Order: sequence, then C-alpha cells, then structure tokens
Amino acid sequence: MELGETMNPKALVLSDVRKQFGQTKIINGVNLEIVAGERHALIGPNGAGKSTLFNLISGRFPVSSGSISLHGSEITNKEPQVINRLGLSRSFQITNIFPKLSVFENLRCSVLWALGYRYSFFRRVSALHDARESAEQTLAMIGLENRRKKMAGELTYAEQRALEIGITIASGADVVLLDEPTAGMSRSETDAAVALISRVTEGKTLLMVEHDMGVVFNIADRISVLVYGEVIATGTPDEIRMNKKVQEAYLGTQLEEDEGSLT
Amino acid sequence: MSDALTKARLLLWGGAAFLFLLLPLVFSGGFSLSMLSQMGIMVIFALSYNMLLGQTGLLSFGHAVYFGLAAFVTAHAINFVEVGALGLPISLMPLVGGMTGLFFSLILGFVTTRRPGTPFAMISLGIAEMVAASALMFTTFFGGEGGIVTNRTAGGVNWGISYGPQIQVYYLIAVWCFVSMVLMFAITRTPLGRIANAVRDNPERAQFVGYNPTRVRWIMMSLAGFFAGIAGALATINYEIITAEALGLMASGNVVLMAFIGGIGQFWGPIIGAVLVTWLQSALSNFTQAWLLYFGLLFLLIILFSPGGISNLVTIHLPAWRAGVVKRLMPSYGYALLTGGLTLIGVIGVIELLYRGALFVGVHAVIPWIASGLMILIGGFFLRRAIRAVRQVWDDLSPELARWS
Repeated sequence: MELGETMNPKALVLSDVRKQFGQTKIINGVNLEIVAGERHALIGPNGAGKSTLFNLISGRFPVSSGSISLHGSEITNKEPQVINRLGLSRSFQITNIFPKLSVFENLRCSVLWALGYRYSFFRRVSALHDARESAEQTLAMIGLENRRKKMAGELTYAEQRALEIGITIASGADVVLLDEPTAGMSRSETDAAVALISRVTEGKTLLMVEHDMGVVFNIADRISVLVYGEVIATGTPDEIRMNKKVQEAYLGTQLEEDEGSLT
Repeated sequence: MSDALTKARLLLWGGAAFLFLLLPLVFSGGFSLSMLSQMGIMVIFALSYNMLLGQTGLLSFGHAVYFGLAAFVTAHAINFVEVGALGLPISLMPLVGGMTGLFFSLILGFVTTRRPGTPFAMISLGIAEMVAASALMFTTFFGGEGGIVTNRTAGGVNWGISYGPQIQVYYLIAVWCFVSMVLMFAITRTPLGRIANAVRDNPERAQFVGYNPTRVRWIMMSLAGFFAGIAGALATINYEIITAEALGLMASGNVVLMAFIGGIGQFWGPIIGAVLVTWLQSALSNFTQAWLLYFGLLFLLIILFSPGGISNLVTIHLPAWRAGVVKRLMPSYGYALLTGGLTLIGVIGVIELLYRGALFVGVHAVIPWIASGLMILIGGFFLRRAIRAVRQVWDDLSPELARWS
C-alpha cells in the first residue's frame, strides 16, 4: 500500500526547511510529509543532519528559512513548550531526564501540563488522581514499576532510556519524535526497546531517527533518507532497499557496517 | 503506608506548633526571648530562600533585598498607623511586608529569571548592590545612616495585646512563622512545586513537557519574595528600627550560609541552619570575640565534609537506621568524636590565646601554647585514622544498605 498517497491527513509537514550555523549549511531545503498514524524512520549517515532536523521540528533551534506545520497549524520557530502543548513530544539521543526526581515524579511532571494543571500552587499534587493514574500507566508501559521510588539519575542506562521514552509519551502527545532510542544498547536491550516503542506508539504518529537498520526495518511503515541535509528518498522499506540513489549514497556501505556491528 | 505517612506528618507539625508554644516558657529570659524571636524571623527567611536555591536551583546573592524593602515599607506603614493615617492592626503588618516582597520580586524577578546558573547569581548580586546603594541615596525613604525608627505599640491595645512586652511579639512571630512554614511546605507538594524541581534538574526537558522554565522560576521567585517580605515585616516589628544593613550584601550572604549549613536538599534543612546560625550569632558572641572565626570554621567544615549540610547528615543515616546497623557505626563515630573533640579543644585554645594576645612571657605563658599545640597534633593524627575507620565501616555496610535506600 502506498501510504503516502492515501487520503490520510498529514501530521507533520516540512516545506523547504533550511538551517545553517554561520556559513555551514546543515539542512538544505528539506521537504517531508509525515502521515497521521504512520511510523516513519529517518535514516542517513552521521552528520547528515538528522538530529538537527529534530531540533528544528521540536523548536529547540530556530530554522533559517522554510516552514513546519503540525496538524495543519504553523509551528515554525515557536518555543519548545508551545509546540509540545500542540501535541508534539520528543525524546533525546543523549538521555535527558530529571535526575534528582524519582522515576514516578519524572512521569507525573510530564503529564501535569497536558492535564491542565499548569503552574497551580493551590492544589495538592498527590490529590490529582488523573495525573497519578496517567503516570502509573506509563510506568507500567515502560516496565519500571519496581523502580518507581528510585532517583532517575541512579537508574541503569537501559532503564534511563526507557524512562526517556516514558517522559516523551506520558503526556499523550499524538506526534512522537524519538531520537536514536536504541543508541548504546545491547542486542537484548534493543529488542526490548523495539517492543516498547511499538507498544507505546500504538495509534500515534511516530518519527524516529535510528541507526540500527534492524530496528528501522522492523518498526517503520515508511523511511526517509537524509544525506547532506537533503531528503534523497522517501518510501516503504522495500522501496528504500531497492532505491538506486539510496544504495549509492548510503545504504550499500552503511548497511553492511551496521550489520557488521550488530554481531 | 501513605496514611501512616500523613499521620506522621501531622504529628510533626503538631509537635512544631507545641514547640512554638512551649519554648518561651522554658527559655523565658529576656535574652532568650529575643533570640527565639530572631530565630523565628530567620526560619521564614531561610525557608523562603530555599524556595529559590533548593527547590528551583536559583543561587541568589540578593534575597535580602525583598526582606529589607518589605521591612522599610512596613516601618513606614506602622508610622502611618501611629499618626492615624492608616488603620491596620500591627498583627497584620506581615501581610504588608509580604505584598511588598511580592511586588518587588515580581518586577525584579521578571528581569532576572530568564537565565539560571551563573548569570542569575551575578544579576542577583548586581541588584542587591544597586538596592543597597540607593538605600543610602534616597534618605527620605530609607532614613540614611540612622535608618527608620518605628513604634510597634502604635496600634494601641487590642484584646489585651499591645506588643509592648517581647513575649507578645514572640507569639506574633511564632504564629506567622508556623503559618509560613506550613504554606511553604504545602507549595512543595503542588504541581508548581514539583515542576520547580524539574526545572531545577533540567530546564530544557521541562520545556519539552510543556512548561516554560522562565515562568516557573519567575513564579517561584515571586512567592519566595512574598515570604521574605513577611520575615522583613516581622523584623521591623521586632527591632522597631530598620537600617540599610537589612537589605545589604551581608544580610543576603547570611541567608545563603544558613541554607547551606542547614542543607538545601531537604525542606527542613534551612530551619536547622537558621536556628543554628542565629544561636551562634547571638549566644556565641557573648562567650568569645572570636565567634566569627568559629562561624567561618563551621561553614568550612560543613562544605568540606558534608556538602549537603546538617540535614543531609541525618538523611544519609536513614538507610542504616532502617537496616538496623546504626550500632555498627557507633564505635568508629565514638573514636572520631573523641579525637575530633581533642583537636577542637586544641584549635579553640590557639584561637583564644591569639585573640587574647597571650605572649611568650615566662614559663607559665608557654604551657597553654604547648598544650594546645600537642592536642592539635595528637588529636589530628588520630582523627585522620578515625575518619578512615568511619569510611571503612560505611564501605563495609554499603552492600547491606543498598537494599534500604
């Protein structure tokens, strides 16, 4: 099925997005459409600009030119919290949690805004049953129930990665961006992470940067290939595998490398 | 579990209220009473400071600005009451102070909370310096060198309370201190309180879960300014005079020391810090002129050996307490206490000898020097071994404690 050509609404549309730092052009006119409900992987060699693109979409960096829209509303150069409130949530390649809060508190803090509690200092947080339940659900989903009271900074690396995803999805945002969720994981940890990602992004739109081709072909409905700041191809996993340009520019060598590193 | 926790907490607050009631009956002397009053004021001030440092991660070197400005406004308000231009009971003056603190922290906080870390610390220092300098320039409001004198009995006698006797002022401070403590604790348990912790830990991530860290810092700073203002107003009522010193850098530095000595990691840490530092400042200064030196020494020791402050010393022992292994720590602690005590006596001896200008004249004058020196040498030698022994016991216990932490 050609997902890109169905009548599904677009969750995320990037048109001619460019970013340069000083004279260095990192993103050179990216056009990308993410269909609502699809799992979309963004791949490309190191330095292609994948993480930069994530930072542009999520508002961490301003774009140099071009526009980004989320569910049809313009989010170009909006502040991260504003974009988040519109329903886009992201994770980070380098673990980015609240290290001195308990695991449970990490997750509860992540749902407070979405549930409308804003900056309230008149309510007891422990009396907010919806926040507690929501945090509990996420806790169960990422499998850290028996770590709930632990300080997040004291978790193992794999647990912190799971928490990273938990914080990202806790608020129930329907567009989820995951930046290399399995980076630095062992094979078995990666398998667990793939299962986790499939589970928690059920019914959501997922855009994911990932180096592990096993993970990409396992999870993604569609794949976009970013090389030197440009999307050179977008399509289903099979189409990407067959694509001549992709093979030349990237897959031929990189895929072997990656598979070599897996063993 | 959580019911038991709630009960324990209620018991704790009840105990605190009881303590407030009881203390002046036990320490009823004039000196004790004024010291207790000052402690109450400083407890509010230090707790309000920790809303910034401990809870939001904002290291401010200018928190006395809000304390001091509130104190001045309150002084003028009381003077208005005295001439009949304002009809507000003295008991509610802390609200005037609180609103003043809130007003100024809202304005100044808007400018200063955009960036955390070093820029915030430096800007807070700049603002403190600026306000302190203007206090000496605008003499009509700040009263110049002499400050503003006021009269706490200006409100007359209501229900038998004139605020003439110190005990009445003490109870006014106690009530406001208790209420402020409860409120500040309650704030830590609200969505804002939790998000402040999140912003302290990782402001960037807080943005990506929907929060504006600048806004969080601003609100927390405003609330901290409110409570600092309450403390400032109580100071005016207590001393009946307020000078520019109250909003100066010394006062701002003092509250930093209180928070650090008590510990910023626990809510109750600054309470201990405020009580201890106030006690040192008023009681120790009666015993020895070298009290500032001892104060500095204490601060140094705490930063070196327990960076989390006194409250952290308590909390690191909780797992050992739960595991029931405190007994095994005791011998090494006793050893450390003994050798530390000996060293301390030696150090005190040297400091006091220096301070009193004792010179090497004759055999009698040399003996105390030799004795002190020996105590430092011998005590210090064994103290190092004792510290090693303490570390050893902790290392031995760590696998057992891991389960209890």
